[in-house]
Amino acid sequence: MTALTVIIVLVVVAMMGVYISWRAGRLDRLHARLEAARFALDAALLRRSSTTLELASSGVLDPATSVLLAEAAHDARSAQPGRELAESDLTRALRAVFSQPDFRALLAGREGAEELLTELESASHQVFLARKFYNDAVAATQAARQRWLARIFRLAGRAPNPEFFEIDDSLVPAGEAGARGADLPHLTG
Amino acid sequence: MRIGLVCPYTWEVPGGVREHVSGLAEALMDMGHEVSVIAPADDEAVLPPYVVPAGRAVPVPYNGSVARLAFGFLSASRVRRWLKDGDFDVLHVHEPAAPSLSLLACWVADGPIVATVHAAMPRSRALHAAQPILASALEKISGWIAVAEAARNTLVEHLGGDAVLIPNGVHVGRYEKAEPLPGFPGTGGTLGFLGRMDEPRKGLDVLLAAFTMMAADRPDLRLLVAGRGDPDEVLDQVPRPLRDRVVLLGQVSDADRIRMLHSVDVFCAPNTGGESFGYVLVEAMASGAPIVASDLEAFRQVLHGGEAGELFENGNAAGLAAAAARLLDDPARRATLAAAASAAVREFDWSVVARDVVQVYQAVAPAAGRVAVAL
Repeated sequence: MTALTVIIVLVVVAMMGVYISWRAGRLDRLHARLEAARFALDAALLRRSSTTLELASSGVLDPATSVLLAEAAHDARSAQPGRELAESDLTRALRAVFSQPDFRALLAGREGAEELLTELESASHQVFLARKFYNDAVAATQAARQRWLARIFRLAGRAPNPEFFEIDDSLVPAGEAGARGADLPHLTG
Repeated sequence: MRIGLVCPYTWEVPGGVREHVSGLAEALMDMGHEVSVIAPADDEAVLPPYVVPAGRAVPVPYNGSVARLAFGFLSASRVRRWLKDGDFDVLHVHEPAAPSLSLLACWVADGPIVATVHAAMPRSRALHAAQPILASALEKISGWIAVAEAARNTLVEHLGGDAVLIPNGVHVGRYEKAEPLPGFPGTGGTLGFLGRMDEPRKGLDVLLAAFTMMAADRPDLRLLVAGRGDPDEVLDQVPRPLRDRVVLLGQVSDADRIRMLHSVDVFCAPNTGGESFGYVLVEAMASGAPIVASDLEAFRQVLHGGEAGELFENGNAAGLAAAAARLLDDPARRATLAAAASAAVREFDWSVVARDVVQVYQAVAPAAGRVAVAL
């Protein structure tokens, strides 16, 4: 009887060990995915601000629009605390510029304009995607970390609790997504 | 002279630069000059006859708050048409580094251009990003004016070049007499504040903290606030029992603005920064209101180092409360300050200020010909 009990206990302990290390491995993979998503988001934001600066200094736009965009892009790049706010402000500046009447038509025929605008729209869309994937990763990681097993055995180690990155990242004015979707086909969702 | 003035901020929302441009335009017309102003405004907006609308302004984040600006090729072509129709002897742009009409005007015009800088800009790094874009448009400006020392320093440090110092003007006569608002100032003491409630640099939170300290031993003390912003956000900063003693007027007409200044025992200017001249102070001085102001450099200068109004340490609510309490308890001191302010404000009357501005025009215009459209 005692031998059987010992065996059962050993088996249970071994199974628990396997289970816990499997959960820890899963959490580790989630953190790795989160890190990758964070790098992608950072890269997308940097690409958007540097493309904005490039457009601003290209001479394609009038000086007022250029200064507006250059300052917003610069603020977005250099704001360390308050980055969400500065990136949202950059989005709003871009949206104000892009939603001017006949904006594309007036720029048509200017050397390099079409390429820069397309590049900037694609960079903005990348921000939208990267942020979505990053926030997905944050949600998954947070959920996994909050399970009792993860909390009791501190499976997350010393990795900081991830936070959502919330910014306004739509180039289309709120409520007009349907109406203007044809102009900006990539900006869906 | 035929003078074209460019205002970069929308005409439909009151603000320091707009007030300056309209005051200058009227003073110049009083002197017999022909004046036209172009400003962002809706084509259907009701405007004074001398203002030409440049189209609706777009709200964008700029310089830490939301500004209503006009930019883009359509705005530029409106400016071009206005220049052609105006055939000006001199073009006077305001705040030309702001991404709006004034910068566009420098871009499309040639000839005698005078520029006035209003705001002090501490953001040298951001300006650096825009520097090359600004440089080619701003190098056409042949005479610079700054409304205050802080604005002039901005110019020297960030844009290169120097400026003549000509202060902001005010129509002193319009402020001297006005009926106080009904029930004010009352007998228990009234503090006043003028400015946007939701702009942290205007410092309303400092004043609310000071009011809360003072209200404890002054059961009838009231606070009168005029300016844009969310009333709930303001009242949340005051303990519940004091809330009915804070009177929020919201955005007021020019006439009520002056009546409001005549309705207070002590006018408070708790601004924490970003203020290069202190227009509200000059308005309060012209109204004969005793003043307590934060010790910003610009305020110190306007108030003659404290002679024409009390100064307190910037951001220090207890300091503001102490200074305001001293004034409330000393009517003789209030009268002395008000008299000193009324005398000091004369130098800011538009009749004096506009004369100095015309001298700048005369220095620039003959050598540079007429204003023409460059592109």
